[in-house]
Amino acid sequence: MHPAPSVILFSTLSGLGFGFLGFLGWGALAPAGWAAFFLWGLGYGLAVAGLMASTFHLGNPRNALKAFSQWRTSWLSREAWASVVTLSLLAPVALSGIFGLGLPRLVGQAGGALALLTVFTTAMIYTQIKAVPRWHHWLTPVMFLSFAVAGGATLSGRPWAPLALLAVGAVLLAVWRVGDGAFGKAAQTLGTATGLDAMGVPSVLDPAHTAGNYLKREMIFVVGRKHAAKLRRIALGLASVLPALILLLPLGVWGIALAAVLHLAGALAARWLFFAEAEHVVGLYYGARG
Amino acid sequence: MTALPQATDKRLGLVIDLDTCVGCQACVTACKGWNDAGIGLSDQNPYGVDPSGTFLNRVHSYQVSVPEGPAQVVTFPRSCLHCDNAPCVTVCPTGASYKRAEDGIVLVNEDACIGCGLCAWACPYGARELDTAQGVMKKCTLCVDRIYNDHLPEEDREPACVRTCPTNARHFGDFADPESKVSRLVADRGGYDLMPGMGTQPTNKYLPPRAKGPGNASPLAPLLDVQATGIAGWLDRMLGKI
Repeated sequence: MHPAPSVILFSTLSGLGFGFLGFLGWGALAPAGWAAFFLWGLGYGLAVAGLMASTFHLGNPRNALKAFSQWRTSWLSREAWASVVTLSLLAPVALSGIFGLGLPRLVGQAGGALALLTVFTTAMIYTQIKAVPRWHHWLTPVMFLSFAVAGGATLSGRPWAPLALLAVGAVLLAVWRVGDGAFGKAAQTLGTATGLDAMGVPSVLDPAHTAGNYLKREMIFVVGRKHAAKLRRIALGLASVLPALILLLPLGVWGIALAAVLHLAGALAARWLFFAEAEHVVGLYYGARG
Repeated sequence: MTALPQATDKRLGLVIDLDTCVGCQACVTACKGWNDAGIGLSDQNPYGVDPSGTFLNRVHSYQVSVPEGPAQVVTFPRSCLHCDNAPCVTVCPTGASYKRAEDGIVLVNEDACIGCGLCAWACPYGARELDTAQGVMKKCTLCVDRIYNDHLPEEDREPACVRTCPTNARHFGDFADPESKVSRLVADRGGYDLMPGMGTQPTNKYLPPRAKGPGNASPLAPLLDVQATGIAGWLDRMLGKI
């Protein structure tokens, strides 16, 4: 799949933002005054920046409001609702923190739970796609949620944040291990795609078109897979191991900031791989395995 | 709502005969011509060095290595299969993508499409292409603007690809009717689904290429076994004995 920067930024930034908002809403961190203004601002900034980035992926964003209509069937529509409801519900909680209004904690906790639900709906947009076997697995939402929880725990300075970061590493290793065998397990070949396996072994004789098209650009992405092994080590080190070690050092707020920046960079690398390594079965018609 | 209908009154679709298709691309051209005039199918840089365009129908060609005899060439048209369990419909966040309850045709309401591309991702068959000029998704409409069009002569009330096919490799009809031409073709010739493992339950069916091979020798073969006579025959016999 084509690793479009808009979608990578959307899922990583909003994932980290909603993760952090979840911790703020839950009350894991209860800042007041200016501190509350900046921390809530950071959470909202990340989440909204991510959502804004996603609109750059749209060919026809004029109709964006219509995306709220199909929540009964579409995960993308549910994601739109979950993000807007979460941001609306947490707004009074944020204001209460900043101005010391003493809003009941229950509202914040509901918002915090909804923030994680939002991340889950984001993950399900990809998980539901059966035509991309690497994504079509329960580990996909586990990975998205582990990033959100670890990122939120890091930003909110939880003492167990290093463990959450290491858990992200473990989940990434599992995702890669399972993902590498997913296409084979789906058992789709050019033979099943054309039905010609009944008569023999088909191979591409002549392409359907000599130049590129939307399908090839969007779903049959092959550039950069040769660096996948290197990128996996980079993603693992930046998203998990390094920030976990830095948090163990007595660096205070600066340690948290550095760990969060490294973690975000690692998350971007991991998300790039999530798209670039994903093979779509339509590639079979073109003689590519994705 | 982009919920799929429980059942459709008709199940309109195509049968594509891989035995008679010769890969002439006439269906590709006819489809492009009709739908470009209708919904619009843009091209980018069509006469330049890196041409690209939106098509609803593509014809691939494959070489099939068979157990006995030389490899066979199969030309393979690929377009929307109007699946009963269409994954492209349920993923749509705006309701632009839908399957009609009356005849099972899967369509895009372009006025509601946001061009997110998720339906194209959900389709295993590559049946949907985003028109980069219009920013909305395009797909086969089964020529819904021809098949019900009273202003066209009756013989033209079928999809452009079917109407144009010079070898009659494409057939249009109602699969819900067991006596329809398409249903009988599927029954007689062993019509099958593409990627049944994807659970899409396609309406369109493909007919397999008929068996070819050493059994079907040329009717001229006996004439090739020429017996030499006269001096040549004597030489043939003498040389054969040495």
